[in-house]
Amino acid sequence: MSLDRRSVLKGASAATVALAAPGIIGRAQAADTIKMVSILDQSGGLDIYGKPMVDATKLAVEEINGAGGLLGKQVELKLYDPQSTIQFYTQYATQAAAGDKAHVVHAGITSASREAIRPTLGRFKTLYFYNTLYEGGVCDRNTFCTGSTPAQTVEKLVPYCMKKWGKKVYIVAADYNYGHITAQWVKKYVADNGGEAVEIEFFPLDVTNFGPTIKKIQAAKPDMVMSALVGGAHVSFYRQYAAAGMNKNVPIASTTFGVGNEHTLISAEEGNGMIVAYSYLQEIQSDANKAFVKRFQDKYGAKAPYLNELAARSYEAAYLWAEGVKKAGTTDQMPVIEALEGGVSYAGPSGNISIEPKTHHAIQNVFLAELNDQKFTILESHEQQPPTDTLLVCDLKADPNQAKFYFENGLEAAGIK
Amino acid sequence: MDLFVALALQIIYGIANLVLISLGLAIIFGMMRVINLAHGEFLMLGGYTVVVSTNNGVNLWVAMFILAPLVVGLIGVIVERCLIRFLYGRMVDTLLATWGLSLLLIGLVTTIFGAQTSTTISAPFGPIQIGDYTSSGYELFLICVAVLLSLAVYLVLRLTKLGLVARGTMQSADMAAALGVSTSKIYMITFGLGAAVSGFAGALLAPITGVLPTIGATYIAKAFITVISGGAAILAGTASASVLLGGINGIMAFVTGPTIGEVALLVAAIILLRLMPRGITGRFFRKNL
Repeated sequence: MSLDRRSVLKGASAATVALAAPGIIGRAQAADTIKMVSILDQSGGLDIYGKPMVDATKLAVEEINGAGGLLGKQVELKLYDPQSTIQFYTQYATQAAAGDKAHVVHAGITSASREAIRPTLGRFKTLYFYNTLYEGGVCDRNTFCTGSTPAQTVEKLVPYCMKKWGKKVYIVAADYNYGHITAQWVKKYVADNGGEAVEIEFFPLDVTNFGPTIKKIQAAKPDMVMSALVGGAHVSFYRQYAAAGMNKNVPIASTTFGVGNEHTLISAEEGNGMIVAYSYLQEIQSDANKAFVKRFQDKYGAKAPYLNELAARSYEAAYLWAEGVKKAGTTDQMPVIEALEGGVSYAGPSGNISIEPKTHHAIQNVFLAELNDQKFTILESHEQQPPTDTLLVCDLKADPNQAKFYFENGLEAAGIK
Repeated sequence: MDLFVALALQIIYGIANLVLISLGLAIIFGMMRVINLAHGEFLMLGGYTVVVSTNNGVNLWVAMFILAPLVVGLIGVIVERCLIRFLYGRMVDTLLATWGLSLLLIGLVTTIFGAQTSTTISAPFGPIQIGDYTSSGYELFLICVAVLLSLAVYLVLRLTKLGLVARGTMQSADMAAALGVSTSKIYMITFGLGAAVSGFAGALLAPITGVLPTIGATYIAKAFITVISGGAAILAGTASASVLLGGINGIMAFVTGPTIGEVALLVAAIILLRLMPRGITGRFFRKNL
């Protein structure tokens, strides 16, 4: 038997068709359910963020299905655990888009993980939701960022605390993209409110000895400290700060403390008096939120984690997407995007949330709260805040064909030096 | 002047902190030549013992000084019996095995206690005033404990029969065995002792650091750099390397900021190991313990 090139090619193409056939059948069967994929770290260093987000996502899907599903179909939730490793994010995103043919992917905690999968999901035209608070600046028609951004939280927190404590601000932040960009926003808002940022310090994520910095803060004599510290090692800052008696003299405000449930990792007397800003806190006193917290705690029992913005927003984003699907009458990518841009809103535990069409970021309520005995007390609420930071650089209405991250290299794009 | 005193105290604390996180590793690596990549998790387990037992009403000091070394020492003995003893003399294999062990311990703690455990303890003693500056009284206490702990390890190794036999076993296991020493038991005890010291250090740091299942990773690199830079002598090596690296780190962190502080520590260690590949005690204090 002779094997020439042509017969090999023929054979190969026949085999390809044969192989592809089950795929086509598989897809036809899959149409019976709507597929939602969630890629969130349930192990490794980021699990303190990821686990509550997964729990909340599960609750949302369960409730949507309990209420009859979407478009008469059940929503099938598939969970992947990327183990705090970027490589798994890209792998699972490809699996979700190409293998599972997901209708929507809710994924990502760090900006690095989001940037790793955003291009993949864009290429496969798989609708993408990123539900973590972050530094702002993503401008991508296929991507919806529902978490709060600095203009929504820092802008409210800085003037409130400066009025209360004074105008000299010392900034401490984590030494990576998020910390650097947030610190720049803090500096801008401090200056806008007539104050002075006396010093900005950045900390690698594995620093646990904050002694030298605490001495520097004492030497600088600021009126308040603004913290954008992140992660388990940085919890040490708050404890050593309190051990040196500083928490009684120079109070701390933060837009990151609490979102990893840090307030339970330090004792009551160490944390009392800190002020934070988020678009959701478990202590919000609305009926909708009380009912949500009860449902969550009933489902997960005594081990239910504290509900922070990340968890609540994961829950709300699932519903927001569901509202988009209902309005569009289909799960196809472009009609759902258009529906979400067209003013779909969802009244969730944090209040009303909708999509700002130019940026695909959320218009949301923002709350300032003070920590007392490991619990937050709401001080102020700001209704329906637009993502003004990203609005400075992003207009998807004018130019829909964008998939950029504008603040990747700092805030020059927004005209901030 | 006040600033100078406060800063000096801070730098001494930085050194004491390095001594605490490295001493257990120095015992295990320095004496037994076992690269224990689960060292960070031993520290974490010490911290967890304190957090969990104080949450259940145990007195902080009891938890720190008795329970933590006991629990982690016991875990160390179990680990040595089930895992390490099959791997003596196979350095790369112990490296891999203890790395697996570290993942297992993180997984176990996360499974049992969840991704985080809330705490009620804060640092005892409150702040102390130095002119315009305040320092943590607990850090002063930790400096004393680090000195006393080093002294205790020295006395045990130098003056007790156990110390003598242990040192003999590490120098020449065959000869020790020929003289009637159960070397297997000595290995077990030494590993347990190293683990207990690590657990104690983790417990001491619990009130001023975040205690999470994954926190061990933040200690392991610094502990290794300190021990390797120190060289063969356990105590003199750890102490001299801690003084050098902790001092440089503290001063640079104050002058330029924490990022450069960390970089300076690493650069100092690299230069030191280039000039003295066998660590500080490969050249100085050779006769010391």
